Amino acid sequence: MPPRKRPRLSHDAQERMLAVLSPIALLLLWQMLSSANFFDARYVPSPISIFEAGWALTQSGELWLHLKASTLRLVAGFLVGAIPGIVIGLVMGLNRFVRAALDPIVAATYPIPKIALLPLIMLAFGIGEGSKIAIVAIAVTYLALINTMIGVLAIDRIYFDVAKNFGAPWPKLFTRVIIPGALPLIFSGLRLSMGVSLIVIVSAEFVAAKSGIGYLIWTSWSMLVIENMFVGIIVITILGVVSTFLLKELERVCVPWQHTGR
Amino acid sequence: MPHPLVVKAHPVRAESAICPRAVVADKIIVRDLGKIFEGRKSSTAALDHFNLDLIEGEFLCIVGPSGCGKTTFLRIIAGLEEPSDGTITVHRSGAGERPLNAMVFQEQSLLPWLTVIDNVAFGLEMRGLGRRERYARAQPHIEMVGLSRFRDYYPHQLSGGMKQRVSLARAFANDPEILLMDEPFASLDAQNKMILQEELLHIWETHRKTVIFITHAIDEALTLGDRVVVMSAAPGRVMEVVNVGFERPRQVAELHARPEFGELSLRIWRMLEGEVRKSRQSDAA
Repeated sequence: MPPRKRPRLSHDAQERMLAVLSPIALLLLWQMLSSANFFDARYVPSPISIFEAGWALTQSGELWLHLKASTLRLVAGFLVGAIPGIVIGLVMGLNRFVRAALDPIVAATYPIPKIALLPLIMLAFGIGEGSKIAIVAIAVTYLALINTMIGVLAIDRIYFDVAKNFGAPWPKLFTRVIIPGALPLIFSGLRLSMGVSLIVIVSAEFVAAKSGIGYLIWTSWSMLVIENMFVGIIVITILGVVSTFLLKELERVCVPWQHTGR
Repeated sequence: MPHPLVVKAHPVRAESAICPRAVVADKIIVRDLGKIFEGRKSSTAALDHFNLDLIEGEFLCIVGPSGCGKTTFLRIIAGLEEPSDGTITVHRSGAGERPLNAMVFQEQSLLPWLTVIDNVAFGLEMRGLGRRERYARAQPHIEMVGLSRFRDYYPHQLSGGMKQRVSLARAFANDPEILLMDEPFASLDAQNKMILQEELLHIWETHRKTVIFITHAIDEALTLGDRVVVMSAAPGRVMEVVNVGFERPRQVAELHARPEFGELSLRIWRMLEGEVRKSRQSDAA
């Protein structure tokens, strides 16, 4: 009997292939159904017509304008929110008095849907870029703060004992024990923040902007240019995927001990 | 070969000449040490009138029933707990540049975010040594525990026995005057435990540091120690100090096979048995 042939692809490669092939198959099915006039093209355009609309928007430069507007708001809001969130979270994790003072305020205001604050924020920051950045920042702050605080509190006591036994001075305790100890949860806070930022920015752009992907989706819908609406949805999806990927890469660099196999 | 003796008073070891520093007969003098943990409803006395003298360069083992306060004693020496009562006098040798103590913990205590070499050099880093110098000092200690190949690994990539080897290297690399070990091999399987005991004995032979080694295993205490302190149930007091006369260097497996080893082990068990029952009763109450 001839020896059994080994599979040409490893299990990993097979899974990656399927991950790429299944969405392509879905698109093909969609296109075929559209060509067969299974859908009403006014509401569900075919993938090809969406692609053509996207191409036109790219050529005219309109898409870049919206993408740039949304990206700038996201990046600015993310930074303005994450930095103070992490700092306050660290202080709350380290100092029980600060924690006791701020924890009730955080717990009481965290459940407010951030988009509900948009009118209030527009009163405070005006109708320009400021209010869009502010609402993203507020949403990000909560998640960064809560996760950082929990990250600090979750550091095993033994690591503090080790540092104390080896006579660690405060700055070294901070940089070599507290920060790396909290880092994995800080990153999960940032990943959650990323998802929430996208929701918040698109919602804010629906109602209170003259540019951005959210604005593109909303105006395309109201003018019944459904292809452009789909382009907007696809672009915001890509934005989400790319930002999550970038954050994961940053995490791989900053938290290498969690990503090295045996 | 001399038959092991059981004595209450400690003898001064004559052959401490291996360490070049002045021999201090009483390296650590512990007097009337007490520790009370204040709880919400009641307070627990972990240690009560605990007295002990340590000789420079000796390997002292402490055995006692669970919860007898032996770990508390070690944590007080390590500066991790404040005593409620009593005094500890330590005669420091040298100019005082060396750290007083380094602890090897029972549980996994390597910093997960540091590689093996950074973990071993951790104490040196805390003392402000530059990277080049602390790596130069840490490297031989990694070699000493046979982990040169793993110097850039993270702790989660190592087995339990390897992790405890790194912990040993970390403590030795910091070059403390006193080494504190809190059941460092308790979580290892029997074979790994014997191998690590053997390695510890070998390393200790070359350094001859003052060691306080906490264990609940009588055979481990007899295998490693010059003297074995037997503690009572909580609140912990010294019941008896047993002088272990086995010559060094020691072979763990060979030592275990000796009839004197068994006799001495049985003798300590007789002392401990009642205390263990007592501590179990107080647990149940």
